[in-house]
Amino acid sequence: MSRVVLVTGGNRGIGLATAERFQTSGHKVAVTARSKVGEGLEDLFVVKCDVTDKDSVDAAVTEIEESLGPVEILVSNAGITRDGLVLRMNDGDFSEVLDANLTGGFRVARRVVKQMMRARWGRIVFVSSVVGLGGQAGQANYAASKAGITGLARSLAKEFAGRNITVNVVAPGPIDTDMLAALSDAQRDAMLDMVPLGRLGAPQEIAAAIEYLASEDAGFVTGTVLPIDGGLSMG
Amino acid sequence: MSDNFERFANCAVEVLSVDADQVVLEATFESLDADSLDLVELVMALEEEFDVNVEEEELDGILTVQGAYDLILSKI
Repeated sequence: MSRVVLVTGGNRGIGLATAERFQTSGHKVAVTARSKVGEGLEDLFVVKCDVTDKDSVDAAVTEIEESLGPVEILVSNAGITRDGLVLRMNDGDFSEVLDANLTGGFRVARRVVKQMMRARWGRIVFVSSVVGLGGQAGQANYAASKAGITGLARSLAKEFAGRNITVNVVAPGPIDTDMLAALSDAQRDAMLDMVPLGRLGAPQEIAAAIEYLASEDAGFVTGTVLPIDGGLSMG
Repeated sequence: MSDNFERFANCAVEVLSVDADQVVLEATFESLDADSLDLVELVMALEEEFDVNVEEEELDGILTVQGAYDLILSKI
């Protein structure tokens, strides 16, 4: 069955891989991005959206609803980093990351869930991170935002369970994306040493899990946090 | 039946998926099979229809169609 899918931050990395996977499976896919640039986006319905701005979210979702129909599957993936040690991290670095990664997901979910309620069917998948589970030196803001997603997702899961809407979280470990390319070689090596499977994950491996959580088959799965991290978070 | 009540009832019919003849003043939301989420959804539809603003705490104790209708009427 073809569904209308929205992937925020879908112009690269995990978001793009997820959008492509849904597209290949025959769904109608919209992606939002702060800027419309990006390669491989030709076949996707790209809408400009800043998730830190309520009006921008509203305008983007309205455009998608008019062109494709009400959003049935939301993949909340848009995120930013402003890494730094806590002693060197100013309030802006902290609150801007929270606003984009956590409050941004809230804004988009709030906007689309009303139509899911009407339809008595919906799937929301948040993209968190392994650092939201274990914390990470130099990423207090990012880790806090990603941990917050779990509380947000599980609350949504409970509020909307009666409307047949499931809400789940994936927690990727180190994945081969632009975000990780920003790390130094030493940081990358240190991270790989901690991954039992000894390699980076591919964005497509996250996309596969997201597609499952958004599928008809996952109808009894809600409020779960699924680590996809080569074993990094199992302790 | 007043024009305002008809607009109110139309919202209730659409949001709660009930028949128009069930939306009478004495009906409780419980009897219409409407839970708290339905009520919030109905209020959002009514806010749009009547161009009014309902605060969260004003919904406390609203159990009947009469209660909700009076609340909306008091704002227009």
